[in-house]
Amino acid sequence: MGKAIKCHCCEKAATVHLTQIVENKVQKVDLCEECAQAKGVTNPEGFSMTDFLPTFEAGVSSDEEFVCESCGLTQQEFKKNGRFGCASCYDVFQKVLDPMLEGMHAGKRHAGRAPADFVPPVAPPAKKPEKKEPEKKEPEVREKDIAALETELIQAIEAEEYERAAEIRDQIRQLKEMAAG
Amino acid sequence: MIDPTKGGELMKAGARAVPVTLSTRIRLARNLREFPFPGWAETSQRRAVMSACREAAESLKTFKDPISFEVDDLSELQKLVLVERHVISREMLQIEEAAGAVLSPDQSVSIMINEEDHLRMQVLRKGFDFKSVWKTAKKMDLEMEKALEYAFSSDYGFLTACPTNLGTGMRASVMMHLPGLSMEKHMDKVIRGVNELGIAVRGLFGEGTDASGNIFQISNQQTLGEGEEEILERLGRTLDEVKTQEINARESILENSSQMLFDKIGRSYGLLGNAYKITSSEAMDCLSFIRLAVDCGFLPEKCRAPIDAGFIECQPGHVQFQAGHNVDPDERDAMRAEFFRKKLSKFPSLDFDKT
Ligand SMILES: [Zn+2]
Ligand SMILES: [Zn+2]
Repeated sequence: MGKAIKCHCCEKAATVHLTQIVENKVQKVDLCEECAQAKGVTNPEGFSMTDFLPTFEAGVSSDEEFVCESCGLTQQEFKKNGRFGCASCYDVFQKVLDPMLEGMHAGKRHAGRAPADFVPPVAPPAKKPEKKEPEKKEPEVREKDIAALETELIQAIEAEEYERAAEIRDQIRQLKEMAAG
Repeated sequence: MIDPTKGGELMKAGARAVPVTLSTRIRLARNLREFPFPGWAETSQRRAVMSACREAAESLKTFKDPISFEVDDLSELQKLVLVERHVISREMLQIEEAAGAVLSPDQSVSIMINEEDHLRMQVLRKGFDFKSVWKTAKKMDLEMEKALEYAFSSDYGFLTACPTNLGTGMRASVMMHLPGLSMEKHMDKVIRGVNELGIAVRGLFGEGTDASGNIFQISNQQTLGEGEEEILERLGRTLDEVKTQEINARESILENSSQMLFDKIGRSYGLLGNAYKITSSEAMDCLSFIRLAVDCGFLPEKCRAPIDAGFIECQPGHVQFQAGHNVDPDERDAMRAEFFRKKLSKFPSLDFDKT
């Protein structure tokens, strides 16, 4: 936060900071007063972040990753609409969702009230049949790698290094495909 | 059946109307655990959600005599009138089937069913009062959760179709009248400043920055990671700050360019009271300056309620509803002008000596 951020379009110091979700990812753009005016950016909802970031998603292949078994929503569909299909989607797409929440909300975990009769689950829900400890040792290593990469991905997005983020994302995808089969 | 001429929280007179702040609203997004979210559900599932939610809502203690309807039951004009009163959302009109709402008779409480989420419950009041609005909203929520099983997780809170509403599912907003900041051309700075705090600013009907009548809707953008009271407190502090800035701007205008201000007010008063054709956005801009005249004491306080109602009455749906049928825009402008000529004929003249 301490360092001065440069405008996305010119060399001046950026004073306008915008956050938007594009294609499932939190995108940030920093602009100086003049460029913000020139682009008509007075309301973060009135323009499209994709105008600023035309190349980010271009190189990423479009095969599917997660699918919600309860409602059938695929990750592609979530990316397209930005909407989940059902409550279970939040379990299934957790890894996709968590990095998005970073820029979207004040925190990543709920801090408000719960329904009066809500009982927190004792054990994590054993919902996903494919996670019944699939292969033994190999995947553990892989899972660790994936977790590390995901942390890196979040850091890359935070640092607004979107090209690097795309690369990491591809690596994660490859590892996951290997794990799956 | 629903009669949009009755009720309308934003249109009634009352001591709660104050300078700068027009109204306060809190909206909660909730979903039922067992059903897919409305946008992803089959029609039969949406029907099931509809009847479960409708039954729960209709038997709320908050409602003595609820008005309950499906969007399909309404005429196009009725729909438009309710949207203009902020009782149902514009998005709701796009939904083809199995969407509806349950309203309190005064329309200050409304529960939309099968909009983007299964439930969108809102409480709307004149003036600025998060405390009492939140109290009413929470009470309604607690009652509803006894009858329905909400989708909730301890990590993410109340689960919503769009992750931007996740957590508390709470959107609190205040409609502010900011002619001073607009005249001083400070609105862009204010908008950016509050954006950085995770707070959004929109025009009266939430369409981009089009802020006819200098009316801005200011609301929390973030719903996760903070508790309800915390969100309201932070938003409230921001709103107080905006309000202080608005008042400072007005004082500075009165001090440095009172001629300009009197001229704007005088012209607005003359135009709205005498025009034979006026568009809604022109009417709103006039109303804005006439409201400012009340704030400054140039018009008596009793003029405030009719002016505030005017912001809603000048909308296309209300003009046509008044006429009882669809009217083309040209004729609408004439009808609107007639309506306001009549309204302003009952106002006393401006008294600029009251500064
Ligand atoms: Zn620039
Ligand atoms: Zn699902």
